[in-house]
Order: sequence, then structure tokens, then C-alpha cells
Amino acid sequence: MFMFEKAIVGGRRYWGWILILFFAVGAGFACYLRQLNEGLGITGLGRDVTWGLYIAQFTFLVGVAASAVMVVLPYYLHDYKAFGRITILGEFLAISAVMMCMLFVFVDMGQPMRVLNVLLYPTPWSMMFWDMVSLGGYLLLNGVIALVTLGAERNEVPPPRWIKPVIIVSIPWAVSIHTVTAFLYSGLPGRSFWLTAILAPRFLASAFASGPALLILFCLLLRKLTAFDAGREAIQKLALIVTYAMAVSVFFVLVEVFTVFYSQIPEHVEHFAYEFAGVDGNTTLVPWMWTSAILAVVSLVLLLLPSARRNEPILAVTCVMVFVSLWIEKGLGLIVGGFVPSPLGAVARYVPTAPEIAIAGGIWALGFLMITVFYKITLSVREGLAA
Amino acid sequence: MSISRRRFLGAAGLSALALVGKSHADVLGGGSRRDAPAQATPGTRLAVVIDQKKCLEKEGCDACVTACHRSHNVPRLTERAHDVKWIWKQRFEDAFPEEAAAYVNETLKGKPVLLLCNHCDNPPCVRVCPTQATWKREDGIVMMDWHRCIGCRYCVAACPYGSRSFNWVDPRPYIAELNPGFPTRTKGVVEKCNLCEERLAEGKLPLCVEACPEQALAFGNLNDPGSEVRRLLRSGFAIQRKPELGTRPEVYYIV
Repeated sequence: MFMFEKAIVGGRRYWGWILILFFAVGAGFACYLRQLNEGLGITGLGRDVTWGLYIAQFTFLVGVAASAVMVVLPYYLHDYKAFGRITILGEFLAISAVMMCMLFVFVDMGQPMRVLNVLLYPTPWSMMFWDMVSLGGYLLLNGVIALVTLGAERNEVPPPRWIKPVIIVSIPWAVSIHTVTAFLYSGLPGRSFWLTAILAPRFLASAFASGPALLILFCLLLRKLTAFDAGREAIQKLALIVTYAMAVSVFFVLVEVFTVFYSQIPEHVEHFAYEFAGVDGNTTLVPWMWTSAILAVVSLVLLLLPSARRNEPILAVTCVMVFVSLWIEKGLGLIVGGFVPSPLGAVARYVPTAPEIAIAGGIWALGFLMITVFYKITLSVREGLAA
Repeated sequence: MSISRRRFLGAAGLSALALVGKSHADVLGGGSRRDAPAQATPGTRLAVVIDQKKCLEKEGCDACVTACHRSHNVPRLTERAHDVKWIWKQRFEDAFPEEAAAYVNETLKGKPVLLLCNHCDNPPCVRVCPTQATWKREDGIVMMDWHRCIGCRYCVAACPYGSRSFNWVDPRPYIAELNPGFPTRTKGVVEKCNLCEERLAEGKLPLCVEACPEQALAFGNLNDPGSEVRRLLRSGFAIQRKPELGTRPEVYYIV
């Protein structure tokens, strides 16, 4: 495979990390075989909460994938040179995240061997069809862009001219993947929690905060572990992007909260009540949601304070808070909260089971494995150039 | 042999139509309490009307539920969260949350209401299905192809009535008495009430309608002004579940 040879050369620390990831992927795969054999009954899902951890991870990771546009756009449209070194990292993050999304949807299927029916019977009025189209296209776009630009970098030639329009197309495409993902939910008549036009904008805002926050953490980590330095300017600019996106994200949530609680329409209020106070003694999500809310507010304050944002150790902690807060909001609360209470008033208790968590963990591990390998290849190419 | 499953079924349905044509005419002409099953013609809108008062006549009666679930090989699962239901009873205030204000409809509150697929005229489940494994027939029955369903459960999320069930585990070990005349399902697919399309094709009424000892259910063509369902809808105050969602449910409750 393309430049793959660079991924199989590494020190003890590199191989140790790879081994840990392999172990986690293997454990997840073993649990998936059990799920394949026994059915989705081994998860914590049931007739009232029919989508859970898997689909929530999918939703969250579509955001991470889309957020690559936050480095691609300044670099290619505005010729913002400071992002020159990290743009490819953003694209590889997007590729890994899209692959994880696809796997999360796949493991959620009751009949996975029939999944190609979606292409065999293309159904343009189904948002899931468009989600598959947009995610597949995005994977293809980023795959081509990353390989072509990295290949050009290795050969010390400018990238071919034809890649520029492909890159330009990838920018609105990134917006489309998260918009279509929001449309999966926001067009369902009986699910009031999702039935809001702000859902897609909310998804995008939170994605543009969580993705770049993760990228900052990767840059800081790479500087510590390798010879690669993204540069202070690039990291600070990313931090500014996270600040704006987080502010907009919190604003959008508050806009929704106003509409829900000022209108006091019961079926809209009860989902928020379930998440933040509990309904009928079911308080499963309450500690999580408050953690998310508090982390969001604290991280936003830290981002808004220039002295805190410019201090890299504090920025690192802030980015962890942003990521965890938004992961809880989208990777836990948003999907489960939409199902409780059910249209028939059932307040189901959904807790993911151990095999379900292992399968999800396995996909996350596979994602990290992909990112590790992609970044290793990228850095090796650059080290080779420097030498 | 290259005949698609759907074409085969279509042909089978047409043959059945030809066979039962005569009995149809008989029943329609006879002015029976319940209409004869209509076939898939463009002018047909099949509907069910439930007389809530009659339904409550016999306390704890579940004749329709038992008949339906037995005939359609609906499993009885041990875990409640994995339940599969085609027709079932639920408290009035759960089925009609918007009708359950304090001191209103007190006679109905807490009482069981019969729930089944509404066979909506504008079904959200059909709109969202990414494989057209669920579709609406011309006569209004919302159908389900268990062999095409990929088990994504998008339809379950889209249904505002909780009328769709997913097979979280293999249902076959949980079928008490197997009816060899009707297919069983596999794990990982969605299922729901099919308005007894297999019986309609034979010129019979849906089982729930037939099984009710109080004759609380009526079935027929809404587009026929002389049909029993239309007569019943004229006779009293009828409600539908969540009509404000624009799904145009075709199960009516006379309250």
C-alpha cells in the first residue's frame, strides 16, 4: 500500500501502543462475533431505546470528520500558511473518523450482510441513503486529497493542479455530511427532542469545537513524542477556532433551551427534564449531562480568557474538557435522550452492556490505530525530507 | 426460473383476487356488519374503526391479541425490552397523551386501548426506510419485507406510535405454538401488523376483527360512503392517534 512501509518501522514505544490498540480491536471483534451470533439483544437496547451507544458514536464522529474543514478552509481558501503543516493531519483525522462512523453504523445493523441493500435499492427520500452517499463521498475526497498532497510532498513537487477543485469541493461536502446526519433525526414527526431546525447548525457548531480541540491535543502530543512541531501560531489559531465554535455551540443549545422551556410544550420539555432532572425516578443520564454542561461552561470561560488560551498546558486541559463535554452531549445524551420518554410515555432505562462497550471501544481503538499509522507515515515522509 | 419474489407475490395476489371476487360481491351486497376485505385497487383506503365502549365490555379480554399473535407466529419473549407486538393494549393516557388533561375523559383514563399499526396514509416509516423494505400498498396497507430489511431500525425511530418491533434475538425459540401457514422471522429484522394481508388475499377479514367477541372492531374501505367503517364514523365521535403529525392514521377510535 501507498507508503505503508513507513508504518512498520518504529521504536518500542510505537509498537507497544500498536499492540495495545490491536488487543482492544481484537476484544471488540470477539464481542462483535457474539453479537452477530446472538443478535443485538446482547446490547442494552430494547423496544423503547432502539438506538444507543453505536449510533451516538457515529453521530459524534461525523462531526469530528467534518471538522477537518476548519483546517482545510483557511489553508486552501485563504492561503493561511501556518496550517500548512497540520492540514494533512486534519484530513487523516477525517478519514479515520469517517471509517469509524461507517463501522459504528455497520455494527448497529440487525442484518449486516444485507447492508448493501441500501445501494441495491437506492431510496432518495430516505435520509439514510443520503448519509451513506455523503459519507462515502467524503471518504473518497479526503482519501484522494491526502494521498495526492502527501505524495507530492514526498517527491518535493507541487501537488497537481487538478487537486485544487477536489479540495474546494471537499469544503461544502464536509458541511453536508453533518447536515445530512442531523436530518436523520430532525425530520421525524414523533420525536420532539430532535424535531428542531437548530439541530443541524448545532451539530456543526459542536463539531467545529470538538474536532479542532482533538487536533490541538494531537499536535501537542506529537510535539512531546516526536520531532514534529505544528508551530505555536497554528495551535493558537486552532484554539481561536475552538473558542468561536464552542461559543456558538453553547449559544445554539441555549436558544433551543429557551424555545423548549418558554413554550412549555410538554413533549419538548420532557426530554430535557429526563436528561437534566430525571423522569419517574430514572436519572441514568443526569450526572452525565450536568458534567457535560459544567465542562462546556468552564471550558468556554477558559477559552475566552486570552491568558488561559495562550498558556498551552491550560489549553490542553481546556481541549480535553471541550472534547469530553461534547462527546457526552452528542455521544450519549442526544440519541438516548430522544428516545426517553418514548412516544407511548415509557421511561426506559438504557445502559450499554459490557460487550456493547467493548465493541464500541474496539472501533475507537481501530480509529486510533488508523490515526497512528497515518500520522506515522506523514511524519516519516517529512523526516525523510528533512534528513 | 427468474421471477422476483415480489412479482410472484403480486401474481399470487391477483389470482387470489380472481378467486375471491365472487364472495366479495356477496358480502358487500348482503350489508353485513363488517365489510368484506377490499383488494388493492386505487380507489380503496382500508381502515379499522374500534368502538372503545364495546372494546371495554369484557374486562381483561385479549381475544384479538391472542388470535393475531398466535396466527402470525409472534414470539413471547422473556425480556420485556425485547417484546414483539403486533396488536396490544395500553392505557388510554399513553395512547392519547393529548386527550388526558385533568378531569377530562375521566371515564377513559386508565382503561386499556387497543393499539396496532395505524397503516398511515402518509407513513413516516416508509419515508425513512433506506431499502424500501417497508412500503404502502395502493389500498393503504403498510407492508414489510422481512427479507430485505437490514435492521437499521430507522422506521422504529420514525413511527410516532411505537407500532414497530425489532427482533433483538432469534424469535423462533419463543413461539409457543408454531403456525406453519405463516412465516416466522429471523433475528435482526423489524416487524409489525400487516392488517392480515394474507387473509385479505383469501377474502377473509383481519383476525382481530373476526376474533372480537363484542364485534368492537370494524374493517373496510373508507372511500366507500356505504361501508361499515364510514357508517360507524358518522355514528359517533371518533379520534385518531396524533393526527396533528400529518401521518393520517387509518385506525379510528369511537369514544
